[in-house]
Amino acid sequence: MKARAEALPTQEMLINMGPQHPSTHGVLRVILRTDGEVVVNARPDVGYLHRALEKIGERVTYAQFMPFTDRLDYLASMNCNAAWAWAVEKLAGIEVPERAEYIRVIVCELNRISSHLIAFGSFTADMGAFTPFLYAIRERERINDLFEEICGNRLTYNYVRIGGVSADLPDRFLEKTKEFLDYFDPKIPEYNDLISYNKIFVHRLANVAVATPEDAVAYGLTGPNLRGSGVRFDLRRNEPYSVYPKIDFDICVGTGERGTVGDCFDRYMVRINEMRESVKILRQAIAQIPDGPVMAKVPRVFKPPVGEVYFRAENPRGETGIYLISDGTVNPYRLKIRAPSFVTMNIFEKITRGLMIADIVAVIGSFDIILPEIDR
Amino acid sequence: MLESLAISLVDAVPVLSGVPLWTITLLIMVVVAAVVLTFALTYAGLATYVERKVAGDIQARIGPNRVGPVGILQFLADGIKLLLKEDIIPAKADRFLFVLAPYLVFIGSFAAFVVVPFGVGLIASDLNIGIYYVMAITSLVVVGVLVAGWASNNKWALLGGMRAAAQIVSYEIPVGMALLPAVLIAGSLSLQDIVRSQGGLFGIFGWNLFHNPFTFFSFFLYYVAALAETNRTPFDIPEAESELVAGYHVEYSGIRFAFFFLAEYGDMFVVSALATACFLGGWHVPFLNAEALPAVWGNLFSLGVFLGKALGLVVVMMWVRWTLPRLRVDQLMRMSWKYLVPLTFFNLLGVSLWLLLFQGRGIPQMIASLFG
Repeated sequence: MKARAEALPTQEMLINMGPQHPSTHGVLRVILRTDGEVVVNARPDVGYLHRALEKIGERVTYAQFMPFTDRLDYLASMNCNAAWAWAVEKLAGIEVPERAEYIRVIVCELNRISSHLIAFGSFTADMGAFTPFLYAIRERERINDLFEEICGNRLTYNYVRIGGVSADLPDRFLEKTKEFLDYFDPKIPEYNDLISYNKIFVHRLANVAVATPEDAVAYGLTGPNLRGSGVRFDLRRNEPYSVYPKIDFDICVGTGERGTVGDCFDRYMVRINEMRESVKILRQAIAQIPDGPVMAKVPRVFKPPVGEVYFRAENPRGETGIYLISDGTVNPYRLKIRAPSFVTMNIFEKITRGLMIADIVAVIGSFDIILPEIDR
Repeated sequence: MLESLAISLVDAVPVLSGVPLWTITLLIMVVVAAVVLTFALTYAGLATYVERKVAGDIQARIGPNRVGPVGILQFLADGIKLLLKEDIIPAKADRFLFVLAPYLVFIGSFAAFVVVPFGVGLIASDLNIGIYYVMAITSLVVVGVLVAGWASNNKWALLGGMRAAAQIVSYEIPVGMALLPAVLIAGSLSLQDIVRSQGGLFGIFGWNLFHNPFTFFSFFLYYVAALAETNRTPFDIPEAESELVAGYHVEYSGIRFAFFFLAEYGDMFVVSALATACFLGGWHVPFLNAEALPAVWGNLFSLGVFLGKALGLVVVMMWVRWTLPRLRVDQLMRMSWKYLVPLTFFNLLGVSLWLLLFQGRGIPQMIASLFG
């Protein structure tokens, strides 16, 4: 037996997964060391989409950087816009009209739904079921239509301004949003019937790539990935900003309903449930939104006082942190963006050890990473 | 069979008596082969169209609708496009094997059409080892897939090839064992004999599907295993677009790729045809005996019935493909060896015992005999 094993030597195979690969959600490169189908080691190699956004931020004015935030997480541009605006407002101490804050919350939550829809669709497509993706796109299309009405764009919105939003909501926007919510609400149970509790789907995801709560905190997971590990932490609740304190919603966490807490299935389910919570938030925001101006008085040549600020917002992919140092001129002295997807890549190597190649795809999909944000 | 056909042709057309008999036989062979191949290719082309339409329906979109009325000519446009594409052979590929692989896959899939019993007299060659022949010739596909994966000199293709080989070899066992009950009941390996054995009793209760509980389950076991053998979703791990990009045919382009593509659709039809012939009574329909009709009408009628049943099963495969996610490779293997193989074996045992205990009579026959 031993002699035969020597006669047939096996060797580990080094495979490049990406930067061009259908399931790496962009130009992520994963260097796989595999023993047959089993992954010995998977090291993510990021940086293929680096555009030096932080450096650009130091060369342009505060307002001019707004369109660049669209390109951070292009599936949640509104959230990135708003995070930038909130950070700068915190730095300069600008008081934003309440109506503008409500509009921001409405567009952010709509964008969260659309972002989670893409996460859901692309994840199921990674698992081999292509159909849910088109269902998700169908719903997202209606959100894009709504956004097109308020700012004319369908992907990179550039809608939020420092001190408010660029324009008030168009006529009947709130009614149309309500119509969308009435249409969308019953779709979530439909997704669950269609695919979430499909036996094959559950088998592929349950107990795969478990991130324990301790690990999740230690490795800096945030957002749905952290909550998927059962940690009840949501910046909208734990460090409230904007008008979120006035709105009642639940924090969805992974429960390990089909396997272990923190497995791929939990991370997936958290996103599905969060869409429902976003619908809840939207309904309340629409009911509460006051009349009034949508833009604060901000000087044309905007020079915030000397100082530094760190603001973090709960974006669909986790905690987007903006660290700004102002030297009192028109452009920031230093800008640092904490991108949730980038930090998430830390844990990748640890939790993928010993999985199969097919599971790597599941892990990438369950983290719902987005490359322009990783590389910035 | 061909020889007797040649003799009858000579009898009917006296002019031909001067020509040696073997030339006529050869000619008939070529004609029959051409007819079967034409059918197979037309079917495969139309099946791609239907697949895309079915996918469109399931995914709440329209599907092909530009070329021809309701996009029906899309497959021709695609075929022409593939023919005109540049034929790329990677620099580091094993050229000979790279070129050979698509032929192996194509032959393995389409040679099986020869024994498909399309109608009362419509069978290219009624081999007395029909099922055995299909199992053997479709195994050529494994060789082709493995060769393609190896010759491409691409790690993803190699992984895909290895997966495919493991999968097809594993699933051939349950496929074979799930088909055996039909062989036992008919007492013959010839597909035409198996179909004939399912006549009788209003034409529907003679079907092997209703013969006894074991054959009933056998049909579903066969269908699942056959789905895996054809590398279709949820068992499409050798191609696994989201994991292996395209698996063993990742380096193939143009018409070479089309060969793999056509072979997949050929395979789908072959396994559906086998299921139809072995379990769903082939060309039998309730209350009408096609064999009693005049030859031409009987053949046409039975052809329609057979194609209807077989293509129905093909559409079910498409339906499944656009509905379910994909299994993982270890889950796939577990399913074959831990569930399908023992279950098919148990079924085979059950059918054998049934035939022994009840002298080969099925439940419908026994119920019928109760009423005299």
